[in-house]
Amino acid sequence: MRIAILSGKGGAGKTMLAVNLANTAGNATYIDCDVEEPNGHLFFKPEQITQKEVYTFIPTFDATKCTGCRKCVDFCHFNALAYVKEKPMLFTEVCHSCGGCQLVCPEKAISEIKRPIGVIEKGKHNTINVITGILNPNEASGIPIIHNLLQENHTSLTIIDCPPGSACPVMESISNADFCLLVVEPTIFGFHNFKMVYELVQIVNKKCAVIINKEEKPFSLLDDFCKENNIPIFAKIPFQKELAESIANGSIISDNNEELKEIFQDILHKIGKSL
Amino acid sequence: MKILLPLDDNKQDVCITFGRSPYFLLYEDGKETVLENPASEAEGGAGPKAAQFVVDQQADILITFRCGQNAAEVLKATNIKIYKAEGKTYQENINALQKNELSKLTHFHAGYHGVK
Repeated sequence: MRIAILSGKGGAGKTMLAVNLANTAGNATYIDCDVEEPNGHLFFKPEQITQKEVYTFIPTFDATKCTGCRKCVDFCHFNALAYVKEKPMLFTEVCHSCGGCQLVCPEKAISEIKRPIGVIEKGKHNTINVITGILNPNEASGIPIIHNLLQENHTSLTIIDCPPGSACPVMESISNADFCLLVVEPTIFGFHNFKMVYELVQIVNKKCAVIINKEEKPFSLLDDFCKENNIPIFAKIPFQKELAESIANGSIISDNNEELKEIFQDILHKIGKSL
Repeated sequence: MKILLPLDDNKQDVCITFGRSPYFLLYEDGKETVLENPASEAEGGAGPKAAQFVVDQQADILITFRCGQNAAEVLKATNIKIYKAEGKTYQENINALQKNELSKLTHFHAGYHGVK
């Protein structure tokens, strides 16, 4: 079972929920797909870390073979190629590594070279596999790293901690999920961004449920929306200053709070029942 | 001498952006031609694509309010001179250029990556 945790808004509690669900389950794999700012490792403090580099491919041109036909430039849907001063020019950060230019070149003047864009770190926290994607600074897209991360399959239960937002990296992160948990902060801003991720999970046809986090008082806009759209609310986690403090200190809150542990167990149980 | 300027929908004013301008005005020896910008609706990479178009027109001079780094890389590989647009219409700008009143564009911004 692969459970993806997402929220439109950053800071809603994705990592808190993902870390604690994995921790409560015990035998689980936690994958941090928030490759621009992975922070699950701050809670798990994984040991026995191994690292592997992630590459993407970019075209390189053999000037002795290129006849300047420009088929590659015309083909590139992303406009990552130009042809000036009788040679092709590549805009690396615009290139999507599709390999199409190599296919259309009639002179076979194009080959691909590896370009490192980040790393994947694997470690252990007790029985939990902690897998973290880290995108190099200044890189435009973390999607190749997310794609690699999702190939990791170590236990029957995998918790996928998604990046914030509802754009391509999130879409990639939930691509092989069986269930999506949408963490919502009960505020106007949180509600607005929740509706965007809800729309996304509808488009890609995923089962989902809502977790309301940091609840201080009932927020009827959200409750009514969930009711109208038949979205189950699996849990409401109250706002507590002590909770915020221990999370800020990097504690795994389900380790020493029985009440919360029960909430996380109940969430896992409800997901199991709805699949 | 061929002069190109990104042009607004009204085909009079210089467009505030370069890569995604709807048109270009080509000015050559008093003759004006409006050309469609093939990059205006590009999903990405509009800057390099528009710059390629400018290069392919064999322009000598580009007058624009702004220009991104990727487009500048294409243009700088050639001998095209880039001047900073002033005022509103293309006509004002061509007049100003002919009176030597325009200065070279020296600042090239980072990409907007699809943000319009």
